[in-house]
Amino acid sequence: MGKTLLPLTVKDFKSDQEVRWCPGCGDYAILAAVQSFMPELGIPRENIVFVSGIGCSSRFPYYMNTYGMHSIHGRAPAIATGLSTSRPDLSVWVVTGDGDALSIGGNHLIHALRRNVNLKILLFNNRIYGLTKGQYSPTSELGKITKSTPVGSADSPFNPLSLALGAEATFVARTIDSDRKHLQSVLRAAAEHEGSAFVEIYQNCNIFNDGAFELIKDPGTRDDHLIRLEQGEPITFGPEGRWSVVHPEGSFGLRVQEGGTPLRHDATVDDPAYAFALSRLSGSDLSTTPIGVFRDVTRPSYDELITKQLADAKAQATGTPEEMLTGLLHSGDTWTIL
Amino acid sequence: MSAPTKRVEQLDRVVIRFAGDSGDGMQLTGDRFTSETAQLGNDISTLPNFPAEIRAPAGTLPGVSSFQVHFADYDILTPGDAPNVLVAMNPAALKANLADLPAGADVIVNTDEFTKRNLTKVGYAASPLEDGSLEQWSVHPVALTSMTVAALEGSGLSKKDAERAKNMFALGLLSWMYSRPYESTLRFLERKFAKRPELVAANKAAFTAGWNFGETTETFSVRYEVKPARMLPGTYRNITGNAALALGLVAAGVRSGLPVFLGAYPITPASDILHELSKHKRFGVTTMQAEDEIAAVGAALGAAYGGSLGVTTTSGPGVALKGETISLAIALELPLVIVDVQRAGPSTGMPTKTEQADLNMALYGRHGEAPLAVIAPKSPSDCFHAALEAARIALTYRTPVILLSDNYVANGSEPWLLPEVSELPDLRVEFAREPNDADGRFLPYLRDPETMARPWAIPGTPGLEHRIGGLEKADKTGDISYDPANHDFMVRTRAARIEGIPVPDVEVDDPDDNARVLVLGWGSTYGPIGAACRTLRQRGLPIAQAHLRHLSPLPANLGAVLAAYDKVVIPEMNLGQLAHVVRARYLVDAIPFNQVSGLPFTAATLESMLEDVVKNG
Repeated sequence: MGKTLLPLTVKDFKSDQEVRWCPGCGDYAILAAVQSFMPELGIPRENIVFVSGIGCSSRFPYYMNTYGMHSIHGRAPAIATGLSTSRPDLSVWVVTGDGDALSIGGNHLIHALRRNVNLKILLFNNRIYGLTKGQYSPTSELGKITKSTPVGSADSPFNPLSLALGAEATFVARTIDSDRKHLQSVLRAAAEHEGSAFVEIYQNCNIFNDGAFELIKDPGTRDDHLIRLEQGEPITFGPEGRWSVVHPEGSFGLRVQEGGTPLRHDATVDDPAYAFALSRLSGSDLSTTPIGVFRDVTRPSYDELITKQLADAKAQATGTPEEMLTGLLHSGDTWTIL
Repeated sequence: MSAPTKRVEQLDRVVIRFAGDSGDGMQLTGDRFTSETAQLGNDISTLPNFPAEIRAPAGTLPGVSSFQVHFADYDILTPGDAPNVLVAMNPAALKANLADLPAGADVIVNTDEFTKRNLTKVGYAASPLEDGSLEQWSVHPVALTSMTVAALEGSGLSKKDAERAKNMFALGLLSWMYSRPYESTLRFLERKFAKRPELVAANKAAFTAGWNFGETTETFSVRYEVKPARMLPGTYRNITGNAALALGLVAAGVRSGLPVFLGAYPITPASDILHELSKHKRFGVTTMQAEDEIAAVGAALGAAYGGSLGVTTTSGPGVALKGETISLAIALELPLVIVDVQRAGPSTGMPTKTEQADLNMALYGRHGEAPLAVIAPKSPSDCFHAALEAARIALTYRTPVILLSDNYVANGSEPWLLPEVSELPDLRVEFAREPNDADGRFLPYLRDPETMARPWAIPGTPGLEHRIGGLEKADKTGDISYDPANHDFMVRTRAARIEGIPVPDVEVDDPDDNARVLVLGWGSTYGPIGAACRTLRQRGLPIAQAHLRHLSPLPANLGAVLAAYDKVVIPEMNLGQLAHVVRARYLVDAIPFNQVSGLPFTAATLESMLEDVVKNG
């Protein structure tokens, strides 16, 4: 069969599988946004692979009419690393959740980011374990009362963006399931990024953690709490830009204050300290939550470096593979018996 | 170096053990002696023995490192039960190895290290060189260190650096004693120290001094010769199991035309395979040192999904961690080679000691009904062919294959008759290119009726976009299925497709066809079992030997082979794991014989055990 003819449409990316998330789940909105965004990539769908782990979000690959693997809990970044490294021609996407990526698979996530593997990692953060029916997750707020923590959880949550930045991620962004336009703009930037792109998507679990992000979704409250980062623009929010994000003199971090001279956002700042400071503005209470691209810098990807090592070695080789193998077997001290 | 002037005695076989502190370079010395011996055309088998600590405290018993080489003018099967010659570089090396020495053996000791302090370290109240306790052996005291330093006077090296060349003095002396050709060692020194000409000169000088010392001193009155063995014609090289296994994987890449992707996490005693493969990028071999064992197998599986020959190499603790991913590979029905270089367990156990106790884990160590193929190499050079066989089964039958090597074959070495590349198995595979259903759909779980393998449709293939995963799949379509009958069918199908892999019949070595006792082994016990059987037959006691390479599935003729003998004995370096399989599967009351000391069986141990069974039933 020949290559798929471009351009593709939304329909081309819908698989024949019945979508089986709970009615009202934020995952539907993300799926729809991804499916309708995919044609924009201009990549034949046979060259796109979605790899997931375990959890509600990890059902995602079944619904995309691309290549896909629903793997095991936490291991998607590792599996995708092998795939992407050995097949640099593919566009490899990882779909994961807060439990999958940050709990059982935390090690693989940080190492994929450190290596800068050419993966687009979408972390659906609903701050709860959905598939196992409602235990607290590594992003649940301290004191969370769930089935497994009847008197409240005693462990502090991860800030996923701070974690990713600490792991030297070259692209770090946050968006929200219900804001399709913003979600797609972030996906677009992620897709264009060479290397690991880490996108945290706040996603509502209407069964076990409904309304977790209501403060920044409700039109009545969001403007006072949601900080939209725009490249090159001053970081302000609230009615008529009432609030500014500033860098107080002599301070390590950033602060929100009324008025003052706001910082101008630049995701390309090489020092991760800037994006890290931005990531620290948001906590469990969401009272000041930036969304958008926090960091977007260039560093050679693992795939690229490995591909180059292979290419360089092959360029120096002479002879057919069989001749080379004969040479290899006969290397070292040999002797001949007649 | 001068021509021999001393009396020359012919021997048919010799076992030498070089022993010293782990910093004394005993592995290198042994390696070089082996290489010289190989050049001469003797048959060889070697066994290194070293502590897990890189540099245990100097001069202590735990710090002793040794290398044993057995060479002969006939084909040999083991590194030898007991050394005829011990080279002891210090009191610890002497003390740690004395128990293995038969009376009359030669002991060459480095007297310079027999200081009061060193003696005390290992609990000698008086020097064993002086208190008569070594009377049953032929002791040759040699001031190795000081003679090395004297030979290097004027070389410009510090005393400490000069002392480091003492292993070359020892090598020179032993090379003289056994009439070894030394040119390859001199060339080796030139290569090794290419950037430090002063060290080339110093090490050569130390070697020559050792050789000349043998020639002139009265301590050694005899020189020995061991004539070349009669071996099949062809080109040989000496090779360790780990090196052979790595080359087998490179060869599998060449013969399949697929890129090889190794995901590995460093672990003793498997790391050398990673090291070796990382040198062969020109063959399209990618090696990824992963963040952990789980990522290592995950990356290999991801690469396999993309059309590579995916491989992960590890030891027992690593296989335990990889279990869940191996199960995923079983569900996905993708090719994957998992190499387990077994070591003594459980837990960290004894990382540098050998064992065969991962057979149960390889066969059963996963959740659910999770069958896969298991094979084991029988000798260092056989690791090459076993790796090719593992790749063949994985690629042809789209299944994970566990290759059970162990520390004994991995680090042991023997001469390897180099194969013709064109005669190695053809491992080419066909990726799926077209829809396989009448109505133009692609069914990822529609099987090849011959191999029961599903199509390998790699990403990038237009029209075959499909989703796979760990959830149970419907037959043919691969869609998620919770249907009870489908699950039952799929579980049985996965079992049947492994059971149905055609593997060669097990061969029985029963030269006179009159044995009543069969000894059945698997993996690295081949050498000592074979040596024991040989001796028993020479003594007129008939015994049959069969050795399993394929442990899952088992050869189709195994039941009949077992039934043909009155007694079946199964020696294993575990507590009877194969014996358990044989009893359960064939209802044969096999006699297990087990040793879990971290050391390989000696031929003598097996000989006396088997003799008892043959004579007394």
